[in-house]
Amino acid sequence: MASIGDIPVRVEGVASAQELGNAWPILSEIRHALARLIETGEPTQIDLSAMPFGPGDEARLLSLLGTGEVTATVDALGPSQIRETAFRGVWVVEYQSTEAQRVALHIEIDTVPQLLRTHPDDLADGLAALDERLAAGEQRDRFDA
Amino acid sequence: MAPSNPQWPNPRPAAAHRTLGESLRRNGVSRRGFLKFCAATASMMALPPSMAPAIAQALERARRPSVIWLSFQECTGCTESLTRSFSPTVENLILDTISLDYHHTLQAAAGEAAEHARETAMRENAGEYLVVVDGSLPGLGANPGYSTIAGISNYDMLMDTVADAAAVIAVGTCAAFGGLPKADPNPSGAVAVQDLVKDKPVINVSGCPPLPMVITGVLAQYLTFGKLPELDEYNRPLAFFGQSIHDRCYRRPFYDKGLFAETFDDEGATKGWCLYRLGCKGPMTYNACATMKWNGGTSWPVEAGAPCLGCSEPDFWDAGGFYDALSVPPGNTGDTLMMAGVVGAAAGIGAGLAGRKLAKSAGSDHKTVTVDELEQKL
Repeated sequence: MASIGDIPVRVEGVASAQELGNAWPILSEIRHALARLIETGEPTQIDLSAMPFGPGDEARLLSLLGTGEVTATVDALGPSQIRETAFRGVWVVEYQSTEAQRVALHIEIDTVPQLLRTHPDDLADGLAALDERLAAGEQRDRFDA
Repeated sequence: MAPSNPQWPNPRPAAAHRTLGESLRRNGVSRRGFLKFCAATASMMALPPSMAPAIAQALERARRPSVIWLSFQECTGCTESLTRSFSPTVENLILDTISLDYHHTLQAAAGEAAEHARETAMRENAGEYLVVVDGSLPGLGANPGYSTIAGISNYDMLMDTVADAAAVIAVGTCAAFGGLPKADPNPSGAVAVQDLVKDKPVINVSGCPPLPMVITGVLAQYLTFGKLPELDEYNRPLAFFGQSIHDRCYRRPFYDKGLFAETFDDEGATKGWCLYRLGCKGPMTYNACATMKWNGGTSWPVEAGAPCLGCSEPDFWDAGGFYDALSVPPGNTGDTLMMAGVVGAAAGIGAGLAGRKLAKSAGSDHKTVTVDELEQKL
């Protein structure tokens, strides 16, 4: 089924994002968050869906941020797209539903976005699964011999 | 507990006793998926994203609450809003993780079996279940025959169901404030839930309909923190109703500059200027449309060029014409409001307060309009 984004809507003559001017304050907030990360190591997440953006504001902000050298996709409960912006340590994280509809759009100011880190409980689960696999392998080898 | 009548199966499976974390894990949701869900939930609850780990920790332990949904004098728009939201995953997860034990529109059971499900849920979860109500109901002195379910008057069903509830969530402007059924001349004697329920917490999630994310956000907040959210003077959750549409509107810079659309097709309208003079009730309306938007964050009425009708405010149906500027009704404070448009941000707050006062007095100032007059105006 076509998504709502596939419907071609051409908007003419609306105010430009520059005129609305809602992108610049966010860029300034990002700048302060990056300075804080350097000074104290404290990461920041900014929820863009909580911002009173008008048409074109979000596109303007993302265009101001540009694209860096890292992109990643996390496939958990639908895809999540993560990309570093042209400003290192500033990430755009788009959470999508299983129908690829956006459920949240965050800017993360961190060395690595939270979603990419492995949860400590998952490390323990991974170790347990590996041990199980190794034990099963050893048993099979003994059986084959 | 076994049902009192053995011919009906127990409608509450063991799943209801699992924690939310267990439920999600059983559905194959990984921890990264869960973290993502929590990030979206924080967004939905209007909390900062940094709260996501705390939400994850709380939700892991949360139990699925039983929810009984009562529909009285309503149009089903509120249920439509909730179930037909554009990006269903988060909402569905919330719905999957509450135990929705009774809902006229959604349940498969009918007649006595349906009422039995309600009674069982009430008995088994006494003191813990949530009651969600959409629609107003005929008040105490009114003819109960205007709205009954299974031969039970709305009043009796509400009071019976609420007696052992933990809290009541009035969803939609009808349940919260009386809405359309209560609009002048109010033939059915409709009243709001909070007019009748005095001994339980009542949370009003107003809007016609309310934003789906606000409905689920309130449920999520209860699920997550086990307590009810902070409320405003109308018992609405401050997280969603704490700021006016006007204060969060992306067209606000035009208001501050005194740039207004005067008709729906003039230069101002095409350039996206402020819709205040076209009847926008944004200054007196408290809701989250300006940031959460509709249809999966696609747009909202003001972005589509339509003035805010103020649908989340009490008695908005009787608050004058939808397309009359806040200054138009007789006995107005219009000059003050128009000046506010010119002098900018600080005065905008004054406009909001004046607008609220206006809404309260608009009932007595109510004037009718003919189709011819309306066409001339448009």
